[in-house]
Amino acid sequence: MSSPSTADSRDALFVRIREALANPAISHAHEHPVHPANVTPEATLSQWLPAVGATFEEQLDLLARNSVDLKTEFKVVASAEEAAAHLNTLATENKWTKVATHRGSLNDAVAAQLTTPVYRVDDQFDKVQLETCDAGITECEALVAQTGSVCLTAPSSGGRSLSVLPPHHVVLARRSQLIADLPAAYALLKTKYGAKGYPSFISFTTGPSRTGDIERILVLGAHGPKKLTVLLLP
Amino acid sequence: MIAPKSLFKRDAAINAADVPRRTFVRNALHGYEVKRDLNKAKFQDWQSARETASEIKFEGINHLDKYLAEFAKNAEARGTKVFFASTPTQAREYIINLAREKNVRSIIKSKTMTSEEIHLNDALEKEGFGVVESDLGEFIQQLRNEPPYHFVFPCMHLKRDEISQLFHDKIGSAQTDSPEELTMIARRFLREKYIQADMGISGANFIVAETGMISVTENEGNARLTTSLPKIHVALVGIEKILPKLEDLSLFLPMLGTAGAGQLMTGYNTMFGGPRQPGEIDGPEEFHVVLIDNHRTELLADAEQRDALHCIRCGACLNVCPVFKNIGGHTYGTTYAGPVGSVITPHLRGLQDWKHLSGASSLCGACTEACPVKIDLHHHLLQNRRNAAAEKPVWWEKSLWIGFAILMRQPTLYYWLTKTAPIAQFFHPLVKGSILDPMQAWTRTREFPMSATTTFKDYWKQKKKQGAR
Repeated sequence: MSSPSTADSRDALFVRIREALANPAISHAHEHPVHPANVTPEATLSQWLPAVGATFEEQLDLLARNSVDLKTEFKVVASAEEAAAHLNTLATENKWTKVATHRGSLNDAVAAQLTTPVYRVDDQFDKVQLETCDAGITECEALVAQTGSVCLTAPSSGGRSLSVLPPHHVVLARRSQLIADLPAAYALLKTKYGAKGYPSFISFTTGPSRTGDIERILVLGAHGPKKLTVLLLP
Repeated sequence: MIAPKSLFKRDAAINAADVPRRTFVRNALHGYEVKRDLNKAKFQDWQSARETASEIKFEGINHLDKYLAEFAKNAEARGTKVFFASTPTQAREYIINLAREKNVRSIIKSKTMTSEEIHLNDALEKEGFGVVESDLGEFIQQLRNEPPYHFVFPCMHLKRDEISQLFHDKIGSAQTDSPEELTMIARRFLREKYIQADMGISGANFIVAETGMISVTENEGNARLTTSLPKIHVALVGIEKILPKLEDLSLFLPMLGTAGAGQLMTGYNTMFGGPRQPGEIDGPEEFHVVLIDNHRTELLADAEQRDALHCIRCGACLNVCPVFKNIGGHTYGTTYAGPVGSVITPHLRGLQDWKHLSGASSLCGACTEACPVKIDLHHHLLQNRRNAAAEKPVWWEKSLWIGFAILMRQPTLYYWLTKTAPIAQFFHPLVKGSILDPMQAWTRTREFPMSATTTFKDYWKQKKKQGAR
């Protein structure tokens, strides 16, 4: 697609931008800047955002409260056995016939004890087969207490579709994966991927799929999962 | 073709008279306001958050060349194809050529206002490609063959029975009055479209220079499906969506959610940094980002109103605007309605044709107050009025001001005019609201306050005579 016109149109646009910026902006929006000249705005973000407690217990409590508001099922479990038992109960209640997952230490420990047949997307990815699964079980990058979000990435969570195509998304996380706020999430991603290259997909999933498009009335399960279950393992 | 101003006046009159619809929209927005305030209150300091967001956008927009070049370099390093389109034609041609070259048959779209701006669906359909909108509101509007009413809540003007009837007529579903059942009808209908589509088209709420990523905010999961399953992902984005750093999103995502829909965090905030990378399980083989100017550089050149490019399209200014609430989204006749639309449309589509939008404001400033990135919206409306008058003066407005200036310099003339005003007003009912009435646009539906029977000058003299001060 890289015809000469592609480069031409790029150059033309940059010329127009530079011409437009020749005059400095006249703005009285910054009469009272909150940052001294030697402090970048990025350095201060956490202090304006919603407060998060300092201790693990406070953060866990905030995550649990946010989950209730978001209609996420959040449960602390003591072991992989307990997680599997809970999923088997869900499977019976919701008449699951097949679940999908990806390889990972938490997933493997739990999947081994499931009573439902398991399809692993990393064996051979097939979107048609994935669509027939009743639940997608993934691991995650982190859980964000501040917003009740699950941070997913392609390498940690079995790619892009597993966590959005099946009607029930189950997240397995470790206690050590609970983090305070969004700036901490981006700091974590930078430490992990900044040097070697970010994944092509990073997502903050906050509650099950929802819409308010009809009369602004909340309906869950618009296109993505109707249910989101987060299980916190030791 | 009817001039935009005449259409605007006609539609404003019709929609302002539709009281049940106005009440319906107002009630819907009230629910939003309650939730927005609840989540704003969770911030430790909302005002400083706004100031910080505004400073970050200021940095990005005022160094747009630097950050766009950085974005392109980082995106291309991960296999993303970046195309800079100056005009809608260039953007449409790029996407159509790509679809042809890759033998695309069906296309699924998630919400992108930029595509409304360049009428992409019409162009693709004309070339024989099937295009389906997947956002529930956009899907409904597509079936109605009508542009979105609001750029965040596309079909907020519709009642459930209208949607049920629409689904019944267009896709043959059974009638229902349950919003949940209606949503499930759309879900079932669109499921197979995601699986079949070979191209997914999305917009983006932000583009990140530092990492060459785009960020997409949505609630339904339709954008995630659109960007996961088809083999090609095209994102159509305005050049002003730039953010310098990845961590800037930790402020912008909750602010967008709060200001836009009264949610601390929108359901899915997803960052895409390329096509499927080696070792990843799924994802598109190709990822194209089409960055479009379409007159944004003209707004950029306006040093006074450049901050209008800080806009993150949250829709907060529409939701609080008394004009929007009364005349509704379609009356504007623009891709972007409400206060921000009234500010930017004259820059994007011509000042003289769209200057009437700057007049459609009470200048109450609710928009400026609501804006999460502190755009000085109501002052920009005034500046547009000033610029339009300076560029092309209107003769009768000019004569009116000349007359006013003469009057204010002649105390005697002023005195006799105020003295005789009650007499003139006595005869006003004979012509009130008719074509002979110079004030008819105003007096047709309103009462003019009665002028005082005594002028202030006479009153003052009398009080002095009585010895009162």
